[in-house]
Amino acid sequence: MLNLTIDAKKVSVEKGTTVLHAARKLGIEIPTLCYHEGVSPYGACRVCLVEVVKGRRTGLTSSCTCLVEEGMEVKTDSPGVLESRRLIVELLLARSPEVKKIRELAQEMGIERVRFRKEDKECILCGLCVRVCEEIIGASVIGFINRGADREVETPFQAQSDVCIGCGACSSVCPTGAIKIKEIFDKRILETWHTELELKSCKICGRYFAPKKELEQLKGKVELPEEIFEICMDCRRKDLSRKISEIKTGMI
Amino acid sequence: MKIKDQKDLEKLKVKGLDSLYPKAMKINVGLATCGIATGAQAVFESIVKEIQKQGIDAVVSKTGCLGFCQKEPLVDVWQPDSARIIYCEMNPEKARDLVNELAQGKTRREWALCKLEEEEFIIEGTKRKYSITGKNGKDIPLYQELPFYKKQKKIVLRNCGFINPDNIEEYIARGGYFTLARVLSNLKEEQVIEEIKNSGLRGRGGAGFPTGVKWKFCRDAPGDMKYIICNADEGDPGAYMDRSILEGDPHSVLEGMVIGAYAIGSHEGYIYVRNEYPLAYQSVKQAIEQAEEYGLLGENILNSGFNFEIRISQGAGAFVCGEETALLASIEGRIGEPRPRPPFPAERGLWDKPTNINNVKTWANIPVIIARGADWYSKMGTAKSKGTMVFSLVGKINNTGLVEVPMGIKLREMIYDIGGGIPEGKKFKAVQTGGPSGGCIPSELADLEVDYEKLTQAGSMMGSGGMVVMDEDTCMVNVAKYFLNFTRDESCGKCTPCREGIKRMLEILDDISKGKAEEKDLELLESLAKVVKDASLCALGGTAPNPVLTTLRYFRNEYEAHIKDKKCPAHICPDLIRYSISKEKCTGCGLCLKECPQKAISGEKKKPHSIDKNKCIKCGICYEVCKFDAVEID
Amino acid sequence: MIDKTKERVDLGKIANKYRDGKAGVISLLQEINLQYGYLPEEALKLAAKKLDVPLIQVYSVATFYTAFSLRPRGRHLINVCLGTACFVRGGTRIVEKLERELGIKAGRTTEDLKFSLETVHCLGCCSLAPVMRIDKDTYGRLRQEKVPQILKRYK
Repeated sequence: MLNLTIDAKKVSVEKGTTVLHAARKLGIEIPTLCYHEGVSPYGACRVCLVEVVKGRRTGLTSSCTCLVEEGMEVKTDSPGVLESRRLIVELLLARSPEVKKIRELAQEMGIERVRFRKEDKECILCGLCVRVCEEIIGASVIGFINRGADREVETPFQAQSDVCIGCGACSSVCPTGAIKIKEIFDKRILETWHTELELKSCKICGRYFAPKKELEQLKGKVELPEEIFEICMDCRRKDLSRKISEIKTGMI
Repeated sequence: MKIKDQKDLEKLKVKGLDSLYPKAMKINVGLATCGIATGAQAVFESIVKEIQKQGIDAVVSKTGCLGFCQKEPLVDVWQPDSARIIYCEMNPEKARDLVNELAQGKTRREWALCKLEEEEFIIEGTKRKYSITGKNGKDIPLYQELPFYKKQKKIVLRNCGFINPDNIEEYIARGGYFTLARVLSNLKEEQVIEEIKNSGLRGRGGAGFPTGVKWKFCRDAPGDMKYIICNADEGDPGAYMDRSILEGDPHSVLEGMVIGAYAIGSHEGYIYVRNEYPLAYQSVKQAIEQAEEYGLLGENILNSGFNFEIRISQGAGAFVCGEETALLASIEGRIGEPRPRPPFPAERGLWDKPTNINNVKTWANIPVIIARGADWYSKMGTAKSKGTMVFSLVGKINNTGLVEVPMGIKLREMIYDIGGGIPEGKKFKAVQTGGPSGGCIPSELADLEVDYEKLTQAGSMMGSGGMVVMDEDTCMVNVAKYFLNFTRDESCGKCTPCREGIKRMLEILDDISKGKAEEKDLELLESLAKVVKDASLCALGGTAPNPVLTTLRYFRNEYEAHIKDKKCPAHICPDLIRYSISKEKCTGCGLCLKECPQKAISGEKKKPHSIDKNKCIKCGICYEVCKFDAVEID
Repeated sequence: MIDKTKERVDLGKIANKYRDGKAGVISLLQEINLQYGYLPEEALKLAAKKLDVPLIQVYSVATFYTAFSLRPRGRHLINVCLGTACFVRGGTRIVEKLERELGIKAGRTTEDLKFSLETVHCLGCCSLAPVMRIDKDTYGRLRQEKVPQILKRYK
């Protein structure tokens, strides 16, 4: 166990714990944007910065990537931390003035005006979509292209992807709603990724319920009876309850 | 042939000495990139042609950068009974004439830059005096008396300009690889690290971290697989020392790396060469092949049982890859995106293994320090900055070139003694050090003693050694804008402060340069600078605001002039200057009218011309072509 | 257009040089760049297949590094040095003059594919500032009015 101090409060955590989690243990919630439990930490948004004193060095570090060390002194709300956090959020607000999550953060911090020329981008380049697609789904459909202020998340050649399975994990993990997915009749259209995928129709009710490619990939990964991949969630539920009640009545 | 022991090295040394000092006349032509750019290749060919034509008994060879780039092309001539004479500003015709004069035992004194009567062999700590019987060197200034060379101490540049970099035997002749032989047979790994620690050597790439300490971290890190890397990504615009070393003396870096690999316990190394350095790449590639051939790289080096091989990795045009974690990503085939530290590369680096990364100049210092000892090395320099530093002295300075001086030399000495002062009698205004990560030091601080601490205190940093001199015609707001443009283009874009912050700082600077800014914009600029500096993920963002912060610190009046008076005191920012033609001086020659791209100039022949300010785009071509100084800027 | 069979053979030879497929991405792209002067789409797709890495990784690297261009480059590459020394001695004016003469912005290629204009930091010929390089020829101590006659030398 390692001992450290956060905002003058002592806490003990296991080796390998990040400062972010150590703070949570004390009930201190440090705001984050590019952090998600399910994927590796990235340290890009810099919203979670805290002040760390180690020996003679004091500096700002991202709490989501910083591993706790014995005797560390952390401040999550010092004037230096708050000043940086405010300006970072103001910069993001100038980039994405219409994004709800950013507006909420700005309001929490009491930011009333934006002193920079406003843009209209929805994506804040947190990279969560990239990481979930690579680390969890294993499809590696999207990634960062170009660099600097021209950096974007895109598919190769900004065209239809051959490897996207249309699972929508990217959209569900996106904090700003920048990833647009819609369904029209028998197609799932991932507009943001210029990708159109055919949907499978349920054997029982005929509704279109999941991309064929997603089902193909799942078939290869899990050991489940074929029929699971042929019927939609609703019908499967109905089927399951029917089976359960048959078993129950059978038992009676 | 594989070198097995000291005796083999001694044999090659003899061969190398014969090559350096043959029985006939030896003519060396400086053929590094700077030489080639000034036409040295044609000079080389002219000399070879003339020698063949006249049947003269002479050897013509190529050599690396002699440092005095302002005077390129440089040709140095050594003869068995004479001083070595360096001729400057040569061209094919002069070279041909010179060869003919030399063949007759004469010389062309007016083309000579200086002469050497002895040479320093730094590794051995000896001086080789020439036996001079002829009078060829009469009235030619001595190398060590020439202001450009007088205060220099060539340790890292010890062989540059004195050997043919393609000839490993010449490197051995001047003490090369003897140190490695001694290390592998006599010294323990820990002893090597102690020596480097005691020397006080600090990383010459920019951060100045104590090299010996870094080596110890890597050695102590758990794991059997460790890597050594030479960072040759030299991205600072205006810096070309690393390139010159790789072109002029690649073996000095290789030898340093093998010694380091032994001390740390690594068997695989990489040299990461910038994409824009094709000649350096070739030079290093060849040196590695030679070293392998001679058994100085690869398996069982010098019969010691120690294995170490070096691969070359090429950059692809990204300044950020000079940052060590981005460099690692690049070698691993990914985009140059830095990652948070800790963990530091010494603990978890290339492919997650402990890795030691050092700059070219740092590696080149290693053989000398081990050969001459930490005591000898630490006598040079200041209390906390030991040894020498290689600077590229460029910009508005008379003597541009590569300069190696002991740490602690005054800026004044660099600029006026070595540099020969400012051209055209203009006033010295500032000197920029440390590249885009550094800052501008004003002329008031000319007595500053150059070392890591003093430069950092002044708001700048040592960086890789770039030293750009600026005069009264430089607008400091424009300089800040130039550096921010650079860091904005080179930012990887990962973190918010760097990507968004630099962009917004540039917007403000742009407004200032156009006379569109207000006082409060200056405050916003300073707030942004602070946050970008403190909150960025890596040193690119962390140091990008330095040029802005130093120019604000020392030249705030210039910023205020742009904001309050809407004027650019140095007459540079296009939106704040006006070009006009003096009626008194204009002769109506029509040259400016012809050159103006916007057809903004009108006037009859032999009558004063005038500029239509609505059409003028301030390109400045009229000012450049006018022979009568009739174009005025205000 | 690329001869797909030759391409596969060439790429195969190159890819086999790299022990670890992933690490070879940049080196492989550099060899393709050397051969074609830019990175054609088909070559990138084949490279991803050969090295067994996701296509997005190859594309990401191709768009990140400025040594690579996804568009064909001109027959002659003009590199104007904007290192600090050249900047201080008027390098920006040279870039602007070239932009006017060629009708393109830095980073682009002329429509007739004759010239590509790039800026670079730094060519290392600081004593000759301002400097530009066209293909293998270096021009130093430049002045704006010299530019048009230099350009005329290139077909």
